[in-house]
Amino acid sequence: MGIRVQVAAFDPGAELNALHAANVGVGAVVGFVGYVRDFNEGREVGGMFLEHYPGMTEKALGKIADEAAQRWPLLRLEILHRIGRLEPGEPIVFVGIASAHRQAAFDACNFVMDYLKTRAPFWKKEDTGEGPRWVEGRDSDQAAAQRW
Amino acid sequence: MIHVHYFARYREALGVDSEQLGWEEGFARLDDLRRHLLARGGDWAVLGERNLMCARNQELCGLDEPLADGDEIAFFPTVTGG
Repeated sequence: MGIRVQVAAFDPGAELNALHAANVGVGAVVGFVGYVRDFNEGREVGGMFLEHYPGMTEKALGKIADEAAQRWPLLRLEILHRIGRLEPGEPIVFVGIASAHRQAAFDACNFVMDYLKTRAPFWKKEDTGEGPRWVEGRDSDQAAAQRW
Repeated sequence: MIHVHYFARYREALGVDSEQLGWEEGFARLDDLRRHLLARGGDWAVLGERNLMCARNQELCGLDEPLADGDEIAFFPTVTGG
């Protein structure tokens, strides 16, 4: 199980391949990559800054990973989240799951993202044509997390 | 002593990212601390927002969470990572 919170960019393809490397017991790998869009809530977005709570961020992600590992039979779980300045088109987050069968991998990946979006202390501040603005949490994200 | 951290929009609105408060017996629960801060008036009204989130010793918790001397408390708006 790996938790990484970093400023540096990452290669989603390499992350996905690494989940299978040297483990022929893995029958399924599911990966999610979140990217910075160039448009949000009616405004063009020229980039963003991701703030977080050092210390708590790593703990919160570790707790989410532990819970996923308790609920599903997983072989590997990786969570990578970037912080700091990000440009449109750049990947922000990667969640990768390896398991023997696909359903556990699909469900665990969905679960980790739903929990991450509502329980991990990250905040996005977007640069728009009308100045910077903090992204507000969405009720739909809360609802998605409650289904687990 | 209570260590209090503020993040994101709250940090900007308050113009402070963290502070230390002397421990008071009146801080039985996290909401007592929040009300103490709200009483400062002005920009501190952000701590009255409905969507306010909080953490005690780096774990999410509710406003009814008991406090203890030496705790690290954080107030922040709804998280928006991912």
